[in-house]
Amino acid sequence: MAFFEMAKTAIRSFVGKPATRRYPFVPAKVTPLSRGHVTIDISSCISCGLCMKKCPSEAICVNKEEKTWTIDRLRCIVCNSCVEVCPVHCLTMDTVYSPAVTTHSGLEVLHITYVKPERPPKADSVDENKEQA
Amino acid sequence: MSRQIVMPFGPQHPVLPEPIHLDLVLEDETVVDVIPSIGYIHRGLETLVEKRQFPEYVYIAERTCGICSFIHGMTYCQGIERVMGLEVPERAHYLRTIWSEYSRLHSHLLWLGLFADSMGFENLFMNAWKHREFVLDVMEETTGGRVIQGSCKVGGVRRDIDQDTLKRMNADLKGFEKGLKEMANVFLNDDSVASRLRGVGVLSRNDAYVCGAVGPTGRGSGVPIDARMTGYAAYGELGFSPVVEQDGDCYARCAVRVNELFSSIEIIRQSIDRIPGGEIEVKVKGNPEGEYFSRSEQPRGELVHYVKGNGTKYLARSRIRTPTLTNIPPLVKMLQGCELADVPVIVLSIDPCIGCMER
Repeated sequence: MAFFEMAKTAIRSFVGKPATRRYPFVPAKVTPLSRGHVTIDISSCISCGLCMKKCPSEAICVNKEEKTWTIDRLRCIVCNSCVEVCPVHCLTMDTVYSPAVTTHSGLEVLHITYVKPERPPKADSVDENKEQA
Repeated sequence: MSRQIVMPFGPQHPVLPEPIHLDLVLEDETVVDVIPSIGYIHRGLETLVEKRQFPEYVYIAERTCGICSFIHGMTYCQGIERVMGLEVPERAHYLRTIWSEYSRLHSHLLWLGLFADSMGFENLFMNAWKHREFVLDVMEETTGGRVIQGSCKVGGVRRDIDQDTLKRMNADLKGFEKGLKEMANVFLNDDSVASRLRGVGVLSRNDAYVCGAVGPTGRGSGVPIDARMTGYAAYGELGFSPVVEQDGDCYARCAVRVNELFSSIEIIRQSIDRIPGGEIEVKVKGNPEGEYFSRSEQPRGELVHYVKGNGTKYLARSRIRTPTLTNIPPLVKMLQGCELADVPVIVLSIDPCIGCMER
């Protein structure tokens, strides 16, 4: 048994640099894998609704008729499952947390602007095949 | 004989960050009996299993606890994998072991800090949490989340750790261990800590066994109970033995946790040395049908996840038994006969996680 076992550590902490970051002046630490908040490239969303189906907290709502993609930031648990499941990779995970809010600002509604590209007419290709044959 | 009075302790108490209510029956300053009552933060997570598809329920299982979240997710996944007969790749087993042990380090350091705080040793409290930050940084770097990792999935793990990062993690453990040794010296050898903890809240080996104490609470009383010895994940291939102390007082339970920090570091080192290459997950086909009791060792003791599938995407039943619930009867035994001033220290010595317990 001994007294003042902590003294050495305490003195070192007292004269040394602080162990924490001086946050507002020094940016917060993020890693490339950090899960901050979900972002979407709305122009390439094909409104398949897979992100809505896979969301464990039912934070995402895709409305095909109204062409909207809605997220409730306060419901979202930032689990990354929508990002993993998106077939066109329009969803990404930002490494920075979404800012704190004091009031529930409601849902974030985005209008899907994706237009399905027209397929080349089938009749022509059939004719070409016939000609080749 | 003096008059008995009943004194309420909690659910809001400065020492305990979580709500549990104890009715202390006092005779002067001595606690004669304790009546615990629980149920302040029930969230109904077990019923939610019927409304979410089984692969998505991993996220909810993980959120049962805010400290040992990874182990909750892993235990649930193990249960589903056994029901479906999935063979998880070796590399995934090793990654799960590494993250489990980092979770244990983080949980024990958090507890040691809170314990020091309950003794009024603020300086030691801050020191323990400083070391914990190192563990959280490793977690964020490898999984993406500091506390809720979300890296476990049915059939394997969601993220791999590349070989360079593993090497760096192994190298960083050396400096971390040095800092821990310095801190452990204060917990185990300082006279002011020992005089606060020695002989307080004694739980005999027999009482621990009869009341069903698990984890460090049981091991502190000389019961060598450790679910890791069943060899789930990669534990069967690693060499380690449970840390056991004989005294059964608060000091012994503290010593078990301090020594488990070094045991965990050793397990992480062994896992990093032996980790094989290859796949990290298998494809999941079909739905679970059948039931399984999945066991694992949480930082607080043995955790049981029961899952029952009915052949659909939604499970029929899930049941979680957390170590804190099991450690409540031993806690009542410890508190009988103690002084009122020792109650907060004794309650903290079982590492209560009420959020976990009430789910």
